[in-house]
Amino acid sequence: MFDDLRDLYQEVIFDHNRNPRNFRVMDNADRKVEGFNPLCGDRLTLYLKMDGDKITDASFQGSGCAISTASVSLMTEIVKGKTEQEAEDLFTKFHEMTTGKDENFNLEAVGKLAVLAGVREYPARVKCATLAWHTLDAALKNEQKSISTE
Amino acid sequence: MTNFPVEKIRADFPILAELIRNKPLVYLDNAASCQKPQAVIDSIVHLYSHDYANVHRGVHTLSVRSTDKFEGARSKVKDFINAASDKEIIFVRGATEAINLIAQTYGKTNIKAGEEILITAMEHHSNIVPWQMLCEQTGAVLKVAPINRQGELIYDEFEKLISDKTKLVSVVHMSNALGTINPVERIIAAAHAKNIPVLLDGAQAIPHMAVDVQALDCDFYVFSGHKLYAPSGIGVLYGKQAFLEAMPPYQGGGDMIRKVTFEETEYNTLPYKFEAGTPNIADTVGLGAAIDYLNAIGMDNIAAYEAELLDYATEKAKQIKGLRIIGEAAHKGAILSFTLDRIHPHDIGTMLDSLGIAIRAGHHCAMPVMDFFEVPATARASFAMYNTKEEIDVLMKGIESLIEVFG
Repeated sequence: MFDDLRDLYQEVIFDHNRNPRNFRVMDNADRKVEGFNPLCGDRLTLYLKMDGDKITDASFQGSGCAISTASVSLMTEIVKGKTEQEAEDLFTKFHEMTTGKDENFNLEAVGKLAVLAGVREYPARVKCATLAWHTLDAALKNEQKSISTE
Repeated sequence: MTNFPVEKIRADFPILAELIRNKPLVYLDNAASCQKPQAVIDSIVHLYSHDYANVHRGVHTLSVRSTDKFEGARSKVKDFINAASDKEIIFVRGATEAINLIAQTYGKTNIKAGEEILITAMEHHSNIVPWQMLCEQTGAVLKVAPINRQGELIYDEFEKLISDKTKLVSVVHMSNALGTINPVERIIAAAHAKNIPVLLDGAQAIPHMAVDVQALDCDFYVFSGHKLYAPSGIGVLYGKQAFLEAMPPYQGGGDMIRKVTFEETEYNTLPYKFEAGTPNIADTVGLGAAIDYLNAIGMDNIAAYEAELLDYATEKAKQIKGLRIIGEAAHKGAILSFTLDRIHPHDIGTMLDSLGIAIRAGHHCAMPVMDFFEVPATARASFAMYNTKEEIDVLMKGIESLIEVFG
């Protein structure tokens, strides 16, 4: 019945929505930033544990749509073990993928985040996917204030 | 169903024949804006093709024709809401502008520091923010009457909040987020007993029921054309003449003056005092055409048909496991706001869109209502006179399917 939506709602997204990874409060976090999408009310709190410039642990709490939940769940998995610079590079690539300006975008560059590439066809939903990454960006820049997609 | 001519009505709305993602459009976002019948579209094309010029004071033929059509629309609005005079009908951009106008003219002159404006917890942002702005400017205080879990005004609490300090009661006639129809007769009687004027925000109520401002005895009534099958960008502020006469103008410019020198300006009479600049002529004519169209069907017939649609949709929705209806007032208009267990409204909106079904997902410009029900957003199906039971079946089947997909 929802054949048209297979590119947007891949099974991996449903899986992460049902069972979000790293969904917990981190008591000893080095960085903690809140992300908010006022358009749809999505809220998340992102926690990072750092060792020098390396992200050793990432977790989150909050509520949002399937796209935003899957996006932040996947993100916390993929950034663990990455340096700040590596994570920022991934953010740049993820942003390029979801905004869809480059038609020849190489999906392999973002690994399993490629399951979120479908949002580029749904302009109203791009911010659902990028909220997690804007929040991470703020956390890496050590901004303590809440960030908003608007 | 009654003998309501829904198929004939549907044929009058060209957009209803659109295919969305290769499926017949099921348009259930009417509380945000209604679609337009051919008669309204034609009225605008006809005006620009045959009768258009600037209105008022023109001596040439086209200006006279344009003025006649424009002022004719004012009379139609007056009759439609049963105002006492054309002078009480002020054209504005929409309900939002009308409320801002009242806040900045009536409010600024009459509500002083420490005095109060009373609203309810189910207001649209457009009946919250203009008052907050006024309070910021003058030191007045905004009071909010609470609602219950059904989404109804707790009337006793409302009445307790009416005090000697209350200078204006501003209440939504029908809630856009919940569908609740407020007991406006009681509210008006209680406020008038203490000589407090009442503003009704009729943006949501106006397409769903017959409104008689004299019978209601409200002091102000505001609505937008675009929710009444008329074009966007045109709305109405009704005010009792005595109030409008006493209020200072909102904006200065052409049309709102009688005599201007560099030393002083004499303002025009009603309604022109509040209509500075060239008005939205074509969309006003479109509003007149929409009213003609609705009168031919009859507002009471529309209300009866929509009540059947709402009952049908509510009954079907209650059979869906995991669906929670937000807004279960005993007296309610054709709006079905809901949430689904573990499925975010934005996912519901995107999935239904892929089936050609247009609903709204979000806070519906009523964030305090969302906070009250402790939800970030709701999905909202809102019905109009051109919707059918079959469309409600399509909606419910879509909801059941997406619940299955989410698992």
